[in-house]
Amino acid sequence: MASQEVLREESSRASFINDPKIRSLFFQTLVVIVLFGSVWWIVQNVIDNLQRLHIASGFGFLRGRAGFDISDTPIAYTSDSTYGRAIVVGLINTIIVAVAGIITATIIGFVIGIGRLSQNWLIQKICTVYVEIFRNIPPLLVIFFWYSGVLAVLPAPRDSYHLPFGSFLNQRGFYFPRAVWGEGSWLIFVALLVGIAMAWFVARTARQRQMATGQQFPVFWTSVALIVGLPVLAYVLSGFPLSFDLPKQSTFNLTGGFQVKPEFLSLYLALSCYTAAFIAEIVRAGIRGVSKGQTEAAAALGLRSGSILRLVVVPQAMRIVIPPLTSQYLNLTKNSSLAIAIGYPDLTATAGTVLNQTGQAVEGVLIMMIAYLILSLVTSAVMNVVNARMALVER
Amino acid sequence: MGWNGSCVHTGKKIRFCLKTEKGLWVMKHIAIGILGAATLGFMGSAASATTLDTVKAKGFIQCGVSTGLAGFSAPDDKGDWQGIDADFCRAVAAAVFGDGTKVKFTPLSAKERFTALQSGEVDILSRNTTWTINRDTALGLNFIGTTYYDGQGFMINAKKLPGVNSALQLSGAAVCVQSGTTTELNLADYFKANKMEYNPVVFEKLEEVNAAYDAGRCDVYTTDQSGLYGIRLTLGSPADHVVLPEIISKEPLGPAVRQGDDQWYHIVKWTYFALLDAEELGITKANVDEMKNSASPEIKRVLGQEADTKIGTDLGVSNDWVVNIVKAVGNYGEMFDRNVGSGSPLKIARGINALWTKGGLQYAPPIR
Repeated sequence: MASQEVLREESSRASFINDPKIRSLFFQTLVVIVLFGSVWWIVQNVIDNLQRLHIASGFGFLRGRAGFDISDTPIAYTSDSTYGRAIVVGLINTIIVAVAGIITATIIGFVIGIGRLSQNWLIQKICTVYVEIFRNIPPLLVIFFWYSGVLAVLPAPRDSYHLPFGSFLNQRGFYFPRAVWGEGSWLIFVALLVGIAMAWFVARTARQRQMATGQQFPVFWTSVALIVGLPVLAYVLSGFPLSFDLPKQSTFNLTGGFQVKPEFLSLYLALSCYTAAFIAEIVRAGIRGVSKGQTEAAAALGLRSGSILRLVVVPQAMRIVIPPLTSQYLNLTKNSSLAIAIGYPDLTATAGTVLNQTGQAVEGVLIMMIAYLILSLVTSAVMNVVNARMALVER
Repeated sequence: MGWNGSCVHTGKKIRFCLKTEKGLWVMKHIAIGILGAATLGFMGSAASATTLDTVKAKGFIQCGVSTGLAGFSAPDDKGDWQGIDADFCRAVAAAVFGDGTKVKFTPLSAKERFTALQSGEVDILSRNTTWTINRDTALGLNFIGTTYYDGQGFMINAKKLPGVNSALQLSGAAVCVQSGTTTELNLADYFKANKMEYNPVVFEKLEEVNAAYDAGRCDVYTTDQSGLYGIRLTLGSPADHVVLPEIISKEPLGPAVRQGDDQWYHIVKWTYFALLDAEELGITKANVDEMKNSASPEIKRVLGQEADTKIGTDLGVSNDWVVNIVKAVGNYGEMFDRNVGSGSPLKIARGINALWTKGGLQYAPPIR
């Protein structure tokens, strides 16, 4: 009797230890405690060490006067601005080069990716060579290639290449006329907005009519006429308010006009070319992923090859393409921090300078990490929305 | 300090071993900032050993130098670091170990230098660094003195820009400058004060600035004037470039150590003073052994030949420390001439860096 009771007690205790629910709960709690303990230990150590080494800490430095100048300032910034603003200038520069790079890389990537599937032997080989070259070179070398190999060997400002429309190209960058909007030019922008809205409305109506009656409407040319024609009309009506500020030769550089600096150009071109190689492979995989039967069925319906690609293949390929595309966009954004090697004032460069002038390394690095994290999360969020919309097409 | 691969005691018997040195070396080239932050996080909170003990235990001094500035710290064709800043670290090694070769050099960019010193990666920062109040206070450093009095200047390519002979004619120019320096700040101040425009072209590393200037990316190069003379020698055609006469700032360059270790601070500071006092007393690399038997009580005292002297041991080094310093690198004047003065390609005049007895600013308290 007694022995049986002991046995039961033991078995119930054994089952308590072996209960997978309780076990997993126990280990999860343990992991959380260890994780938070380590983080707390590191934070405490940072605080202790900073105090012991008499190093200033806290984020108050962000309100201090920066005292240094930045070469590319998309928002108003002088050496009298604050450290905080200097970091924001860097962040905006990062966003500019990332967005421009993403757009260009996507366009090049799609062209090359589709080109690799071309029936034309020459086009196919050229695209393959492009992918193999850029995919196998580290991005930093591609940046140096553009900066030192292409842009630095251009002539000095005095011997600039004269390009059409009053543009110049020299080793200090690419200069083109800057539009100066005169009185009444708001009408042009309004006309442009109206044109875009009307084009969208026409496209929608035309689609509905085609669905209902099967009749087609020349949507493309109507849209072009609306988007280009209306602003031109407004330009004439408001009395030609647009003039141009042309770049001119001065003692040292060209002045006036709009200057795109070689640091931006080389970073932008390098990131676009490099990431495009990966995007091309993703696009190729996506198109290959669409069953051949789809193409054949579309051809049997009498669609031309261009329409097959546009209406049947690409929409299905996009579902495969978008998730890995998001990773490439994130890579491009993060690779933009290589700008520091050629002196483009991106987030890493300006925050690094602030870090160095104030000596507050911990705060500086924290700000950089959080900024890149937010940029990446926003990119992912946008791409997830796009992905969700694409996925809805699926039955 | 719990540093250099040693194990850290943190409170309740937890031994936390970090293979810091090698790991950090690799990381440094990725991002010294992250390194500094991580280091501060993992460093033991209790200071366990003084810098002198740590240095003696590892057997050498880790010295932070520039990535290559002729005359101050640059590797020669055999890979040995040469220059005033490099020699200063040798002098400290001679004082501590009696052997000026017990130094290892860590090349640091302007941006990396302070974090490297704060985090303990280097024991001395001897890297043409300007002494400012901000660096002495907010950055937690202690500058030990001014080993070279300098000022910021401008260099242009006179062949491409004939007719420019003053910095006040530089409005509209593209100016190459290294980021994270006082130079960058003085530049902004100078152009603002004179109501001139400029176009900054900023790089992180000295070599990148040199290459950009040489390639014509910018019209003007600005840094400390001594640096400009050194850099001019490395350009494609040095004769084409001129240093403009204006000096726009005070740049007292000197070595720095971490705060919180007075003994180490004093050793480094008095090494500098010993170099100056040796020059003042006429003690040179060649005559230091004869000088030991000098009739002058002052020279005998400086060289540790006084009976029952405690000057050296009170400092934490041996009593013949000054002899060792002078044997290793010579006195201050010899160091200057060999690296930047008449005995070097730079040929910079002593100017304000002469001893106070010769109308300069270099003045050291007495060793007694």
